[in-house]
Amino acid sequence: MTVILDAQSLTRRFGDVVAVDRATLTVGEGEVFGLLGRNGAGKSTLIKMLTTLLPPSSGSARVAGFDLAREPARVRRAIGYVPQALSADSELTGFENLDVFARLYDIPRRVRDARIAEALRLMDLTEVADRLVNTYSGGMVRRLEVAQSMLHRPRILFLDEPTIGLDPLARETIWQHIEELHSTHGTAIFLTTHYMDEAAQLSHRVAIMRRGAIVVTGTPAALCEELGQRGQAEATLDDVFVHYTEDERESDDTYRETAGARRAASRLG
Amino acid sequence: MTPIAKPPAPDAPPRGSADVFAGDGAPRGLRRASSYAAKVFAIARMETRKLRHDPTELLTRAIQPVLWLAVFGQVFAHTHAIPTGALGYVDFLAPGVLAQSVLFVAIFYGISVIWERDLGIVHKFLASPTPRTALVLGKATSAGVRALSQALIVYLLALALGVRVQVASSSVAGVTALVLLGAALFATFSLIVACLVKTRERFMGVGQVLTMPLFFASNAIYPIAMMPPWLQRLAHANPLTYEVDGLRALMLAGGSSAFGLPLDFAVLLATLAVLVSIAGRLYPHIVT
Repeated sequence: MTVILDAQSLTRRFGDVVAVDRATLTVGEGEVFGLLGRNGAGKSTLIKMLTTLLPPSSGSARVAGFDLAREPARVRRAIGYVPQALSADSELTGFENLDVFARLYDIPRRVRDARIAEALRLMDLTEVADRLVNTYSGGMVRRLEVAQSMLHRPRILFLDEPTIGLDPLARETIWQHIEELHSTHGTAIFLTTHYMDEAAQLSHRVAIMRRGAIVVTGTPAALCEELGQRGQAEATLDDVFVHYTEDERESDDTYRETAGARRAASRLG
Repeated sequence: MTPIAKPPAPDAPPRGSADVFAGDGAPRGLRRASSYAAKVFAIARMETRKLRHDPTELLTRAIQPVLWLAVFGQVFAHTHAIPTGALGYVDFLAPGVLAQSVLFVAIFYGISVIWERDLGIVHKFLASPTPRTALVLGKATSAGVRALSQALIVYLLALALGVRVQVASSSVAGVTALVLLGAALFATFSLIVACLVKTRERFMGVGQVLTMPLFFASNAIYPIAMMPPWLQRLAHANPLTYEVDGLRALMLAGGSSAFGLPLDFAVLLATLAVLVSIAGRLYPHIVT
């Protein structure tokens, strides 16, 4: 399988705090990769590094064949990114939100409207395209953001907590749309989540982060089976997660992150 | 729900990679310059769309220039306390109030960037292949558009108060250019402050501290000649002074520039260029 993301010992320090500690991982072309971990485990920091928003303190990564540190502009052309917080502009219509990103990604005028129409259709937003986003439900906003991030046909899409704050039905819809996007375009997907059912449902492979380090990587089935062999019969991904992270202090959670997550949740809800 | 499709087999050609760079690749040469301009335009356009969806802001912002011209201006014109040469005081004041509107529209622009950072909007812009300076100039241009709507209000008001306003198309074009330039300059300055202080509370504090000195240490409401020497030196280093000076020459019939229009434009353009390059470097740090 062609490798689309190859991170080697990626590390980020903030002063004395090591937010991401020598993270090494690969994602294959067309693969869906789930990154799990408690609040403050370093998931968002890792995603910020992989999307060129935050320079690593040490280590290196290649994304879509380009070096993260030396060719950030090329990396940006090849990736799509949906941040954890709600990032669609609520004072614009759905169409306007898509149009500005189509222009920023140099999508030629002759295909721009077709790309926007396709993204709207795939995310089931055609009917509401001309409404202001502040009239959308939380699930619709998220779908619009996924639509924004796929206009330029990225080779890998980064989704940071795509279903945070959504009700179960809206989550299910988001999953379906992500799966449809994946099967239509074969885009590799790198997602972070707190929800084990979501990770098990969507991901080909998952990695678990604890205090900035990746402690285990594997397919959900393999991880469950491995835990089963250690005596925990019928282990679920929940059990696997608890097994690897339970001794982590909850205070690693930062105020700003929690505030951000709550704000996203309240805007979605 | 159907289980998600498995990744392609090892020997399968990577899907979708052929067309990824075909039409959407990084433009080169001349196309690169036009792509840069298109991105600045796309961001400015987005901001002006928001204004069109909700224009109330434009009306509330009109109140301040009304107070300065119709109240402050009338009172001081009556007392003849400020020597303004051949110009009446309200005439002298009108370009100053226009410059002030430009400053006030632009100087709090940074707070919207902090707000957008908190929402996650900035993250997505920074993860896109948009040059950082284009993001800055896009914001700066949209501040200019907002400022132009203020200019219209100040013009109407000035006409109503009997100010001898020049309406020749060349002078209107000159005023438009100065308003865009001045708003872009102060909006970029505001973005720099936002990138440094990073929170809304601190920004409000710093913004208040900066705005009034910029305004009072300029020739907006009194001539520089009236100032004590130390303040004169500050006024000469203040870009707002050159904005007002240019506006006074272009906006008024019988108005003249103390420094000459070429110097006014040169100072504003050079300052803008320096500020944009600084802001382009600082902008990515707002998310870290």
